[in-house]
Amino acid sequence: MDITIIAETQDGGLHPVTAQLVGAASSLGASLTVICPGGAGGEEACGISGVGKVLAVTGDCFATFDGGAWAEALDAVAGGDLVIGAAPTSGRDICSRIAARRGVSIIQDVINLSPGLNITHPIYSGKANQDLTVTGNCVLTLRANTFPPAPSGGTAQLSTVQQSGDVRLAVAEAFARASERLDVTDADIIISGGRGMGHPDNFRHLYEVADVIGAAVGASRAAVDTWEEIPHSLQVGQTGKTVNPSLYIAVGISGAIQHLAGMRTSKYIVAINKDPEAPIFKVADYGIVCTWEEAIPVLKEELSKLT
Amino acid sequence: MVTIAVLLKQVPDTTARITVSDGRVDETAISTWVTSPYDEYALEVAIQHKEASGASITAITLGPPRADKVLKDAAALGVENLVRVWDDAWESLDSNQVQAALSTILEGVEADWIYCGKQSADRNQGSTGPGVAERLGMACIVEISDWDVTGAQPSFTRATSSGNERLAPTPPIVLTFTKTETELRRPNVRGIMAAKKANIEVVSADIGDAQVQVVAHNPPAQKPEGRKFEGAESVPEVVGLLRDEAKVI
Ligand SMILES: Cc1cc2nc3c(=O)[nH]c(=O)nc-3n(C[C@H](O)[C@H](O)[C@H](O)COP(=O)(O)OP(=O)(O)OC[C@H]3O[C@@H](n4cnc5c(N)ncnc54)[C@H](O)[C@@H]3O)c2cc1C
Repeated sequence: MDITIIAETQDGGLHPVTAQLVGAASSLGASLTVICPGGAGGEEACGISGVGKVLAVTGDCFATFDGGAWAEALDAVAGGDLVIGAAPTSGRDICSRIAARRGVSIIQDVINLSPGLNITHPIYSGKANQDLTVTGNCVLTLRANTFPPAPSGGTAQLSTVQQSGDVRLAVAEAFARASERLDVTDADIIISGGRGMGHPDNFRHLYEVADVIGAAVGASRAAVDTWEEIPHSLQVGQTGKTVNPSLYIAVGISGAIQHLAGMRTSKYIVAINKDPEAPIFKVADYGIVCTWEEAIPVLKEELSKLT
Repeated sequence: MVTIAVLLKQVPDTTARITVSDGRVDETAISTWVTSPYDEYALEVAIQHKEASGASITAITLGPPRADKVLKDAAALGVENLVRVWDDAWESLDSNQVQAALSTILEGVEADWIYCGKQSADRNQGSTGPGVAERLGMACIVEISDWDVTGAQPSFTRATSSGNERLAPTPPIVLTFTKTETELRRPNVRGIMAAKKANIEVVSADIGDAQVQVVAHNPPAQKPEGRKFEGAESVPEVVGLLRDEAKVI
């Protein structure tokens, strides 16, 4: 079997999820080609163990994001019976299109993959998992932080191919994000606040803790909907972002099913809530029954001692 | 005249308990079915676009007869044309088949602007918008979080890794929406009465063979019960556990 992996790039280099894609694909015992959209991260990709070949794809279309143009360019250079990408927004867009171009199926957000092509992915926002097999070729996207990354030590050859696609989307105006804060989907530790924070100004305490441990700040929908100051980009859950960090700290969040849908696969969950009956305690590895007003200052102090 | 299509999917209510029996999710145990939440935002913007442009809207759903409800609900908000794609032989369709069915209908509608949610609340895939766009040879903007559809040139904003980008695209195009702070409109009595009489066109489509086979559904792995602590004085112990036991800090 021939597998093409679409590298996830970030700030001109490789996003760490790329090594996870290689790790997952290696278990299928196939020849692996990594293609780097826009050419970013090519050298780095050569250094991932298990990679057979790296293609840096350069073309005008990679200057801005147009899923259609990217898919056209990448599909033209991607061989492969199986194409694998990462599941964040752009990966899902490109991979859906590559599958449609090839007339094959796409399965997104895969959390388990084994030879024979047995595929598992969550459905109903994680309330169930679905095991699938596929006849013929297909395209997959894999959930980040789920597969162990392939180690470094690879010595693949890098080739550059010139290939562009038909760009139909033009950016009229770009706005830089006001804050340089880490986004919840990129963070390995998240501290989220809910309605129990009482007032949007109190999120300041969460930011202080976040700064100590390099975490991102998230929020429940109730917090986002109640307070204009808390932007929707912070929302975790069914209609917000799905996150999968090593540590998720929920503060003043009751643990409604729609919130759990976005964070229940976090490796460790800490809940701080004054109500001992709050449903969040059912999914918490470590639950602390306490008001945040009392718990957060101690948390901040204890974490500061570690660094 | 401007033509708008909106793709709507019926899904279990987000609070529904999902149970698995004999290796399959038991859909008969689900009592409340709703329009997928992201699709509701797509519909809201489509209606704003219609109000500003005098366009007509065709709402399309793929699903069994119970899915008529999402079309009736859309009609109550002023959507004129209702189409349900279905064939009683269909069971669990793969992405390729879903897109084939929807594309066939969309080709007939000749919509300039195709609105849909960024993903459905049951399958959570996010493949339909871009996949349909590819099949129809259209551009697609995914996960739109802000828009201005009041003028002659509608514009749409998406998030990027460093901020936001506003695009003013040329139709035909597919637009997928995320949840925003926008208040969703509710139907009025006149709308509800009109919806009762609204006609739903039911059509089938050639979707080819399934390439994906469902082996089994499983409940998610249960986490072992966690530990519960009382009061702020337990925080140092929890931090110690995070460091030494969980090894996450
Ligand atoms: C279609 C749909 C989609 C949805 N999508 C999402 C989503 O994406 N994300 C999401 O989060 N929700 C979502 N919701 C909303 C969800 O149902 C809940 O309403 C929401 O998660 C509740 O947020 P909360 O836990 O912050 O607030 P509440 O439920 O009000 O809980 C507040 C908690 O704070 C605790 N508390 C109060 N004071 C203190 C204190 N001083 N110290 C410590 N604890 C305190 C309380 O005990 C309580 O448990 C959705 C709902 C629907 C219908």
